[in-house]
Amino acid sequence: MNTRGLRSQLKDSVPVAGLCTQAGSYGVQDPLRKGFSSVKNELLPSHPLELSEKNFHLNQDKMNFSTLRNIQGLHAPLKLQMEYRATRQIQRLPFLQSSNIALDTLRGNDESIGFEDVLNDPAQSEVMGDPHMMMEYKLGLL
Amino acid sequence: MALSYTVESPSPGFNFENSTRNVVFEALLNEGKSKAPSPLKTGTTIAGVVCKDGVVLGADTRATSSEVVADKMCAKIHHIAPNIYCCGAGTAADTKQMTDLLASNLSIFTMNSGRNPRVVMAMQILQDMLFRYRGQIGANLILGGVDCTGNHLYTVGPYGDMDKVQYLAMGSGDLAAMGILEDGFKPSMELESAKKLVRDAIHSGIMSDLGSGNNIDICVITRQGVDYIRPYEESAYKDK
Repeated sequence: MNTRGLRSQLKDSVPVAGLCTQAGSYGVQDPLRKGFSSVKNELLPSHPLELSEKNFHLNQDKMNFSTLRNIQGLHAPLKLQMEYRATRQIQRLPFLQSSNIALDTLRGNDESIGFEDVLNDPAQSEVMGDPHMMMEYKLGLL
Repeated sequence: MALSYTVESPSPGFNFENSTRNVVFEALLNEGKSKAPSPLKTGTTIAGVVCKDGVVLGADTRATSSEVVADKMCAKIHHIAPNIYCCGAGTAADTKQMTDLLASNLSIFTMNSGRNPRVVMAMQILQDMLFRYRGQIGANLILGGVDCTGNHLYTVGPYGDMDKVQYLAMGSGDLAAMGILEDGFKPSMELESAKKLVRDAIHSGIMSDLGSGNNIDICVITRQGVDYIRPYEESAYKDK
């Protein structure tokens, strides 16, 4: 059995090796799409909020789960995390944007509006992956 | 080779590519001597007073862009909910965006629960949002409203600090306005004297501060409803 194919079907999204995205035909970073490259920028954050925004939801979840564990016991965060994991698997094909309705309802995002809903909406992104390539990668045929 | 065709969808929310670009530019040009231009702040005088029957909020109407008056009839008192209004000082775009997000969140709550929102809820949402962005969103807000628990006036700063007060002034003209408020405020004032006090406070802010000017807007919130008087008093130097 091709275990890689089965495992990718359980993953949340198609993972991509970091340095290969937006690589031009010679493997060099394409300045038109990626912007100016500088080693310092890739190692250190250039904006004070960059790191905290990247990890914001993770940190919130960690805090909420540990509070829940302290109040209600270990079963509460375990059950919730199981539900999150189950809803995160309800996805469309890899090159299409999923609406994540069940996950949003669990997290409570269906009752609030923030900058994540207004700015940089992935459903309106200008780039899309090649459908055939992404499906083949996901099923492990590549 | 084939991996370059698979694309990671961008994470929703803020994108920090431009600050990366700015850092690279500062290093390239002038060896770090020239800095990227910073966003412009506008001057303002806003004030609020809690009186016996409700809350009175006041603001001037000038929006400046360095030395030029960008808008002579800027609306600085934003509608949040039918019983809650908010005055904003600081970066104009930030206050507008914050108040719009707050208003949307509260109207979702109203539709969900069928209840009128309380002023503490608005204050808590603002505080959480502003603290999350560590002061990078330059919004100084005065939140005032009347709900089932009474008349409330809150101030929220850009770093998420908040205070519950009876009278308040903010903005670049706040020192002058605060002086008038400190002198004339009495607990449980009548509506008309509260309106006059707020008008005097904004007027002194307009006279003493270059960033504030033009007309004075007043918003009176009571249990019976809202009276948004725009303009309450027009500038003596208006074009005929």
